[in-house]
Amino acid sequence: MKKVYLGAYNCVSPIGNNLTETWNALVKGKSGAKQVTITGMEADICAALVGEDELNGYFNKLLREENLYTSTGFTKLEKLMIAALIPVIKTVTITQETTFIVSTTKGNIAYCEPEEKGSTAASLPALAQKIGDFFGFKRPPIIISNACVSGLQAISTAKRLIQMNYCTDAVIVAGDLVSEFVLSGFKSFQALSDRACIPYDEARQGLNLGEAAAAIHVTGQQLQNHPFSIAGEASINDANHISGPSRTGEGLKRSIVSALAEAKLEPNSIDFICAHGTATIYNDEMEAIAIHRSGLADKPIHSLKGYFGHTLGAAGLLESIISLECLRHNLLLPSLGYQKQGTSLPLAVIKALSEQPLKRCLKTASGFAGTNTAVLFERELY
Amino acid sequence: MEQLYQISRHCRMDTQGVYRNGEQISVEASPDFASFSKSLYYSLGTSYPKFFKMDNLSKLAWLGAELLLKDEQTTNIAIVLSNRHSSLDTDLKHLATISDNEQYYPSPAIFVYTLPNVCIGEIAIRHNLQTENIFFVSEQFDSQLAVNYSNYLLNTKRAEKVLCGWVDYLQENYKLVLYLVEKTGILAHNLDVVRQLTR
Repeated sequence: MKKVYLGAYNCVSPIGNNLTETWNALVKGKSGAKQVTITGMEADICAALVGEDELNGYFNKLLREENLYTSTGFTKLEKLMIAALIPVIKTVTITQETTFIVSTTKGNIAYCEPEEKGSTAASLPALAQKIGDFFGFKRPPIIISNACVSGLQAISTAKRLIQMNYCTDAVIVAGDLVSEFVLSGFKSFQALSDRACIPYDEARQGLNLGEAAAAIHVTGQQLQNHPFSIAGEASINDANHISGPSRTGEGLKRSIVSALAEAKLEPNSIDFICAHGTATIYNDEMEAIAIHRSGLADKPIHSLKGYFGHTLGAAGLLESIISLECLRHNLLLPSLGYQKQGTSLPLAVIKALSEQPLKRCLKTASGFAGTNTAVLFERELY
Repeated sequence: MEQLYQISRHCRMDTQGVYRNGEQISVEASPDFASFSKSLYYSLGTSYPKFFKMDNLSKLAWLGAELLLKDEQTTNIAIVLSNRHSSLDTDLKHLATISDNEQYYPSPAIFVYTLPNVCIGEIAIRHNLQTENIFFVSEQFDSQLAVNYSNYLLNTKRAEKVLCGWVDYLQENYKLVLYLVEKTGILAHNLDVVRQLTR
């Protein structure tokens, strides 16, 4: 099978307007989670938001700098996606063979009225087409909406599309907002923490929602200064429960084992794991079991949710590009807030920033409907 | 040389009727999807009480999968589904529960269905499919993507068969086309046939 490489990538997150700002904030241990009050909801909750004014200022500045004049109005999500994409698109020659992939769970749902008939406000195809047209993609967009694995599965899908000669390269954008829609829903599940989330920790109380967009170029050609490739990947369903994670971690374990098998690698060759780690008891427990069953219990592991919150359809891609930055800098980022084991099986959760040679990272994600994805990233040049 | 695959079974369901492998299945005339889906559910003879807790999109997908997989032996079947309206039908119901600050009653039973791929989860649970799965959203069924993606899953031995198709539901308008791709079957698995089936 053809080898598939990762090109330029970028993000807009609650802790930075671009990748450089976000990385610098991560290294300083900055969290984007803050107390917010939402109309209609009784208690304050904690979420990681991108400031609207700051985003507007940054977005307009970017458009000016890049001479991207437009009379079109954009929603907050569209601005996030476009701002994430601009530096990536600058490195790409968009041809007939370039596919545009959009990952999102709820798109522009914040702009949808309850009684709306045949709503276009929340249409995912309309959103993807609008962003695709802005950058001049020649093919209709491919939209992946497979719950919280969407962003990570978009990378594995791009790899597969290139391997099956469906396209030569793909540009992915992944984004989701913190809307009242998702806040009220997760609140009704009693899954939200009222303070910054602490994945895998004994004192964890649940998750924080977050909003972000991330973008990456995936290609069949190795590019200069972009030493990363996808060694293996898989997305296997638990077939167990639509909202509760599997008690045996079966789907995640199978995804990891299958990704390793494709890469023809042993568990021991993994340097660290960037896991899903939402900080809900059921998710963290499921992951701990799956990671033990995959023979990876001793591998350094972190969740980035303490920095960004759970950014839903953006999470898998946002966290992947941060994993690539960890590989690039040979730096292991701590799992923010973690102090004491909170899963029945121990994990080697990273507690402090540490520098060491890194070559391979396993990125995992899991979500509603029993979805799981595992992708193995590898540095080509050492 | 790439292996060629075939479509072994297919079904179609919309307001015009229910068809399995091109033959119409008679279902009691019903004024709406709620009664139609119930009639079809009972006529299939599977006892699955969880069916009644599902949202309309999942009911539609579950019924289609039942038509194709009821007597299926293998569980190594990947699921590749797509639609146009995502989970909008249920999204609107969830929105209605939070539109009034005085009557604010979001429900986990509704919210859980506000993702289109939950219908994949329902099919996976019913048929014990711990397999590859993905949900695409597009204006129209992307036959090229579906054919390529199914072939890839089979060629790379990630699955023995692929359950592929379209399942869309919004406010009493619905359309489902599902087909099973494997080594042997009744139709060639190619772009023309898939376009024809999903039209």
